[in-house]
Amino acid sequence: MSLMAEPSPDGRFGEFGGRFVPETLIPACYELEAAFREAWADTAFRAELDALLKDYAGRPSILTECHNLGAKLGFRVLLKREDLNHTGSHKINNVLGQALLAKHMGKRRLVAETGAGQHGVATATAAALLGLECKVYMGAVDVQRQALNVFRMQLLGAEVEPVQSGSRTLKDAVNEAMRDWVATVETSHYCLGSVMGPHPYPWMVREFHRVIGDEAREQCRALLGTDPDVVTACVGGGSNAIGIFSGFVDTDAELVGVEPAGGAAVGRGIPGVVHGMKSYLMQDEYGQVLEAESISAGLDYPGVGPEHSHLHSIGRARYEAVSDAEVIEAFQLLAGTEGIIPALESAHAIAWLVRAAPELAGKTVLVNLSGRGDKDVGQMMEVLGR
Amino acid sequence: MSGLETHLRARRAAGAKLLVPYVTGGYPGWQDAVRAAAANGADAIEIGLPFSDPVMDGPVIQEASEVALRAGATPVSILDEARTLDVEIPLTVMCYYNTVFRAGHERFAEQLVAAGIAGAIVPDLPLEESGPWCVAADGAGIETVMLAAPTAPDERLPRVCERARGFVYSVGLLGVTGERDALASTAAALAVRLKAVTDKPVLIGVGVSNAEQAREACRVADGVVQGASVMRRMLADGPDAVGAYVAEVRAAIDGRS
Repeated sequence: MSLMAEPSPDGRFGEFGGRFVPETLIPACYELEAAFREAWADTAFRAELDALLKDYAGRPSILTECHNLGAKLGFRVLLKREDLNHTGSHKINNVLGQALLAKHMGKRRLVAETGAGQHGVATATAAALLGLECKVYMGAVDVQRQALNVFRMQLLGAEVEPVQSGSRTLKDAVNEAMRDWVATVETSHYCLGSVMGPHPYPWMVREFHRVIGDEAREQCRALLGTDPDVVTACVGGGSNAIGIFSGFVDTDAELVGVEPAGGAAVGRGIPGVVHGMKSYLMQDEYGQVLEAESISAGLDYPGVGPEHSHLHSIGRARYEAVSDAEVIEAFQLLAGTEGIIPALESAHAIAWLVRAAPELAGKTVLVNLSGRGDKDVGQMMEVLGR
Repeated sequence: MSGLETHLRARRAAGAKLLVPYVTGGYPGWQDAVRAAAANGADAIEIGLPFSDPVMDGPVIQEASEVALRAGATPVSILDEARTLDVEIPLTVMCYYNTVFRAGHERFAEQLVAAGIAGAIVPDLPLEESGPWCVAADGAGIETVMLAAPTAPDERLPRVCERARGFVYSVGLLGVTGERDALASTAAALAVRLKAVTDKPVLIGVGVSNAEQAREACRVADGVVQGASVMRRMLADGPDAVGAYVAEVRAAIDGRS
């Protein structure tokens, strides 16, 4: 299998992935796989999606060189500006693809989980655009810390359900979305927000985000005449990272995923099975899933997409973890040096640049700036005591 | 004690409808609830091994699981306690796959055998992914109950039944465990489809919510699994209420009420 190609028929990337869902959902997984396969090979579907990405989401996203930050850190820093997409993050790429597919499949309703609210907002947006019902599950803790996004989703016509079970964050929102899907599978599509879950989601969501890497590779070659030395992105479930990695996996670029220290599934995890997939997972000796703890609601997840586990296990990508304190510094650093306020999620990748500056000296580093920080400004006001 | 399927087949051959209550292991008083269920007419009992992320369970069993976990229950502690239960009917565990996977397939099967458990139900392990566990379970003599869902196409059901040991768990509705006002129309429809392709005992579970619904389900199925309705009583009133409820369902499916 060549790298980042289609997974095996049983949905495996190496030993990871699979379809670990209740029997009730198995036919839906097959139906979705067949529908995606057909749509992805259909030039009319692709043209319809491309038009939405261009004329609605604002693609292609630009590439920005950070001259000030680069001078400060001692290496060239390029940002892939997914923060400039409509709805403020890369999430819209996947959501437009899935919503369009759901519509082609005759589903009337989208169900989604959300952490920081970016995927929820994107899903609510696509539902509004395409005339679908939308229900978003969000951990009660996240509803608190991302109140603005909750209102945004409601404004877009979505119903937001605070999830009170477990750690009341992203993991529990996924549980509740899966419970909804089990009950409504005949009329609803589960619009999963990352490269996780049962096959075909990790593959399908990657394909919908491949556009990030494809564009960035061309933009880098136009600017540099070659590929960057390092490509980096934050990793929670890992969709923005997979998107940009997919454009560079067959180059010499080093691929670096940056996890939050409190949710380092690849760094601290052990293979396990939850949310439909086999992957690295933060868990105890009995297989109970541990609660992640991160300042960033979007990365507050104890698992990771199975393809990241595979890329790690074969050594093609490496995974680093940064602390909340480093992220808070990086958030301010990018704002102050470049006039770009990153999402707290994306600030993880910036934090790693600062930490790794000695080893990166003289290199060219491409960062996927997955989202903008507007949603985090209120939280940061509190954190910084302003 | 005989195996799960042998026991259930013998009971069915004797003209009985089959009653399998579920009790969350590790919930305070759970062993007494198992004994009360056994003493009041259960044919086998499912012992839930609580998991942090129970995606097939509704609010009642989620709550019971959270209480058990907070009380420090682990699969090992529950199996240790199960060993001392000394009831005369087969016991199975109901657990999510990560509990099995983390322990290791062979090791988990051995742990079940050592605890005197006859079977296992793993609701997030569909046919496609069941191979490695089933090999270990078969090897150790643990009977793996397979779930069949209302969404399954006809061609899938014989394959699910073929792989099932103990009984076939006919999922009563599209949804998670929990009580509903009425038995879903999907419940009887799926049980009929299953009975047409298998001779193994077919039990309806998920959404069979009271004695009357159990009686209705037993018109087409060989029996019922009772989960949330049992645990709601356990949460509210403890093991004695479980015993009383099992007796009530027993009477209903025996046609004595």
